[in-house]
Amino acid sequence: MADLALDPRVELNPPLVTGGQTYADLTEKISSITEQPPPKQWYFGMAIAVPVALLLFGCLTYLVSTGIGVWGNNIPVGWGWDITNFVWWIGIGHAGTLISAILFLFRQKWRTSINRAAEAMTLFAVACAAIYPLFHTGRPWRAAYWLFPLPNEYLHIWQNFRSPLMWDVFAVSTYGTVSLLFWYVGLIPDLATLRDRAAGLRQKIFAIMSFGWRGSARQWKHYELAYLILAGISTPLVLSVHSIVSFDFATSVLPGWHTTIFPPYFVAGAIYSGFAMVVSLLVLARWIYGLQNLITLKHLDNMCKVMLATGMIVGFSYGTEYFIAWYSANPFEQFTFRNRAFGPYWWAYWTMITCNVLSPQLFWFKKMRQSLVGMFIISIFINIGMWFERFVIIVTSLHRDFLPSSWGYFRPTWVDIGTFTGTIGLFLTLFLLFLRFLPAIAIAEVKGVLHGQIQREKGDH
Amino acid sequence: MAAKLPFMETNGDEPKYYAVMSDFNTPEDLLRAVRTARTAGYTQLEAFSPFPIHGIDEAMGEGRSPLGWIVILCALAGIALAILLQWWTGAIDYKLVIAGKPLFALEPSVPIIFELGVLVSAFGAVIGMLALNKLPQYWHPFFNYTAHAGASNDRFLLAISATDPKFKTDEVKALLDSLGGRNTELVES
Repeated sequence: MADLALDPRVELNPPLVTGGQTYADLTEKISSITEQPPPKQWYFGMAIAVPVALLLFGCLTYLVSTGIGVWGNNIPVGWGWDITNFVWWIGIGHAGTLISAILFLFRQKWRTSINRAAEAMTLFAVACAAIYPLFHTGRPWRAAYWLFPLPNEYLHIWQNFRSPLMWDVFAVSTYGTVSLLFWYVGLIPDLATLRDRAAGLRQKIFAIMSFGWRGSARQWKHYELAYLILAGISTPLVLSVHSIVSFDFATSVLPGWHTTIFPPYFVAGAIYSGFAMVVSLLVLARWIYGLQNLITLKHLDNMCKVMLATGMIVGFSYGTEYFIAWYSANPFEQFTFRNRAFGPYWWAYWTMITCNVLSPQLFWFKKMRQSLVGMFIISIFINIGMWFERFVIIVTSLHRDFLPSSWGYFRPTWVDIGTFTGTIGLFLTLFLLFLRFLPAIAIAEVKGVLHGQIQREKGDH
Repeated sequence: MAAKLPFMETNGDEPKYYAVMSDFNTPEDLLRAVRTARTAGYTQLEAFSPFPIHGIDEAMGEGRSPLGWIVILCALAGIALAILLQWWTGAIDYKLVIAGKPLFALEPSVPIIFELGVLVSAFGAVIGMLALNKLPQYWHPFFNYTAHAGASNDRFLLAISATDPKFKTDEVKALLDSLGGRNTELVES
């Protein structure tokens, strides 16, 4: 043991499960969260989240019963907060799939403590995002006929599949469905663990949910391949989703939108905002449930580094847009970008730059990557900055187009603000319910990591 | 317990029992037990563990999962479905010229071809995995083993099936005990 400090592997591979835990300790620690009454902080969180979620239902009821005129979008800004919020939420979802699929393919073992919660976050974020396309139709009960190719006697027409908005419908609904399947497949062995610890009705419920999983070697064989395949197809999927979301803008002819940099720039931004949300949520979850030995500073440190890297890509993209605007020698393009930074929405632009480009630079310092309060505050800043990025792209490009006579200034209404705040409430409510009722950390996967760790320690001695 | 029918009695003891089961401390102990049992000539084995154990398929003489082929077929079906959908709705059933674009072309069809390919593949992977594992299956003789809950916690279980041609209760019990198995039991089916 005295030689550990000299062993280079220790520096490179600090243990991902700390506190000298056994397999049984892991089962106990993670399962007991769902079996005991929740701590005070959980009730505190629900007391805030549920009323805010109810605000969402209130605003949507008002919207449907009155009409979409209650939102602030109007000509020239026909896309306002609804699309901003949609893109913001979809982007947040991306970190969950990145952690669960891409880091899995790269054999990044540190993902196992955080992938379950991040995938749940993805599902809830996609659910929040889906509210906007559904309700911007004004008649959500008819939206299925407009959004999906359902044969019907009501319209007698089909969708225009040459439109990126249709691609978006397919991308987002596929993304939501595949994320749900991936998440549930990961849950099956852990639901069996909960089943085997429970009695009575609780046992029956988990028995049904776990499909009667036994954990036999033959089952694991098919299971592991299914998991690998899902990770393999989720990886291009997650890259495609935000690329297709960006096509909504990039395939138009509007200066500020009509640009080829959008797909990679949107994907990097999505991962950036998603990691910020994962850090915000996990710092809180770790504190509420005392998961310090499972979600270690090493995990959080890694996520801060991902935010630093993707934040730099986003900052570089902002710079590239300005370079191309100048280099294109197109006066309309140049006007749009000058107007973006120094026009009536200058405050939104500089909020975005401060939050997205400047604040993550603090993650160059190890002290900031190890400070829970520090990373929590920066992650909130990044969430705000990424919301403003979408607002800036959408609203500043629309509000002053080619004809000065049709210029305008977008202002959100109270319904806009209430709906957006409400989706945050819904998101937090769903996340807190998930923490309460399902294993928030992938028990079987962390046991696999612990097994590798035990073997490595044996090899050292 | 299923009712014992008269014809089940005629086969002697075997059909009434599922296996002799035993549980082990570590994955390494389980692997060693699997290898020893195979060397001793037992072929009908099943191992149970709380997480997948590297190398156990080889030790048990298991082949690769055919799931990959199922998913490839599903991916092709999804791609075909997407092409048919976009071509038939846009170029046959409801022709609408938009911005002078062709009624059907491959380039603008790529995103939906990709998305439907992924969607159908994902369903293929999940439903295929469940079907290959014969899940959902809510009752299995495995659950008759008194210590079965260890398989989802911290124990590593081995079952030598009563259908094994070499199966003799006492010999199997002695073998598993000698390998360090605990709670060795004859499990009813």
